[in-house]
Amino acid sequence: MTEITHHLPENLIIAYAACRLGHAFSVAVAAHVSLCMECRARLAAHEHAGGAVLEALPKETVSHELKLRTMAELSAPARVGLPPPEHAGIYPGAVMAALKGRPPRWRALGAGIRQCILTEDLEGSLRLLHIPPAQGVPDHGHGGLELTLVLQGSFSDETGRFGAGDIQVATEDMAHSPIAGGGMPCVCLAATDAPLNFRGWLPRMLQPIFRI
Amino acid sequence: MLTQECISNVLTLSVAALLQGRVSGMNLASYKGADVTDRLPRPLSQQTTWLLDVRDNRNRAAFAQLFDFYAPRLKGMLLRAGLQSGQAEDVVQEVMLAIWRKADQFDPARAQASAWIYRIARNRQIDMIRLENRPLPDELVAAEEESIDDAAQVLALDQEGTQLRAALIRLAPEQRTVIEQAYMGELSHSEITAQTGLPLGTIKSRIRLALDRLRHDLRDLR
Repeated sequence: MTEITHHLPENLIIAYAACRLGHAFSVAVAAHVSLCMECRARLAAHEHAGGAVLEALPKETVSHELKLRTMAELSAPARVGLPPPEHAGIYPGAVMAALKGRPPRWRALGAGIRQCILTEDLEGSLRLLHIPPAQGVPDHGHGGLELTLVLQGSFSDETGRFGAGDIQVATEDMAHSPIAGGGMPCVCLAATDAPLNFRGWLPRMLQPIFRI
Repeated sequence: MLTQECISNVLTLSVAALLQGRVSGMNLASYKGADVTDRLPRPLSQQTTWLLDVRDNRNRAAFAQLFDFYAPRLKGMLLRAGLQSGQAEDVVQEVMLAIWRKADQFDPARAQASAWIYRIARNRQIDMIRLENRPLPDELVAAEEESIDDAAQVLALDQEGTQLRAALIRLAPEQRTVIEQAYMGELSHSEITAQTGLPLGTIKSRIRLALDRLRHDLRDLR
């Protein structure tokens, strides 16, 4: 296992701990934490800070019935839900959950690049990308923030090399042209907080047809 | 392979580092009674003791103590997240029941009671309000010989957690508000992702400093 060198920024770990992230970013954070001991420890530390703040909060009045209701439920059998999907192959449990426990269904994007969209809504999008070895990825527009977690292989761009477990945080104004490393195909999880922008992904000749 | 023992060590360091970062410039060493090097056995925090009694003995009186302590504060946390009172109480009930049912998963070498309960409350909040399962990190693989609580590790983590809380209480009011907003407040999505004007700006550099220190500590561990 190669050493993870690109970690989550502090604000994203705190926002995840405090449940202030949308679903797509939450999956990316949970998946990175699954692979990264350091960020796992940092998340735990922030949960301690959260717990400390919780303890220091002033007490709100709770209804008397709430305690009676809760104590009465202790003997009731627990509702057994389905266990969350487990880590499978290169995919952490949080990604398997987004895949609904099934293998990815890839769709060709051109130049041998494939993608599998996991979720897409107004809050953002989550997708897997499969890039052949040494293949360059067209510079792609993304409104807002994009988190890219490498699950297999690697890619490099102007900001450095990203191997398995590394996470890249790209802002809107960051122009980058990633190239997959040699050897294995590069598989990435990409989360954005804006709807997908396909502009850069379609071969130029097709763009007039799709009027984009 | 990531093991429980490994994460326990890292976590102790991490909380300590966070604590140091948070209070750097406030000179923790000069604070009477907060000697970080003090490793004399002390009793565990009351809340952790109650939770262990629930875990090991299914003690309902201890659970009632946990309820009296946490339910009013959990309700406060959920009201801050924008829930209505009735809705907040429904979530509080589910959180308290989750504490009762999942108590066997509580590992005091990895979390103080408050940290563990904070996480459970956030998970339940998302599951119930957004009606989706919160994406969670994979569980660590536990080696068999690590199934018994390591008393020294448990104490060390508990003390660091307690010191973190003490440091929080000693913060200047405006600093404390920033921290509270970060862990409790309802901030818009754009506020979180904005690179400038981030409400966490004032503590970010301190925490990063603390984590730098942690990274050095981790290297020493290897």
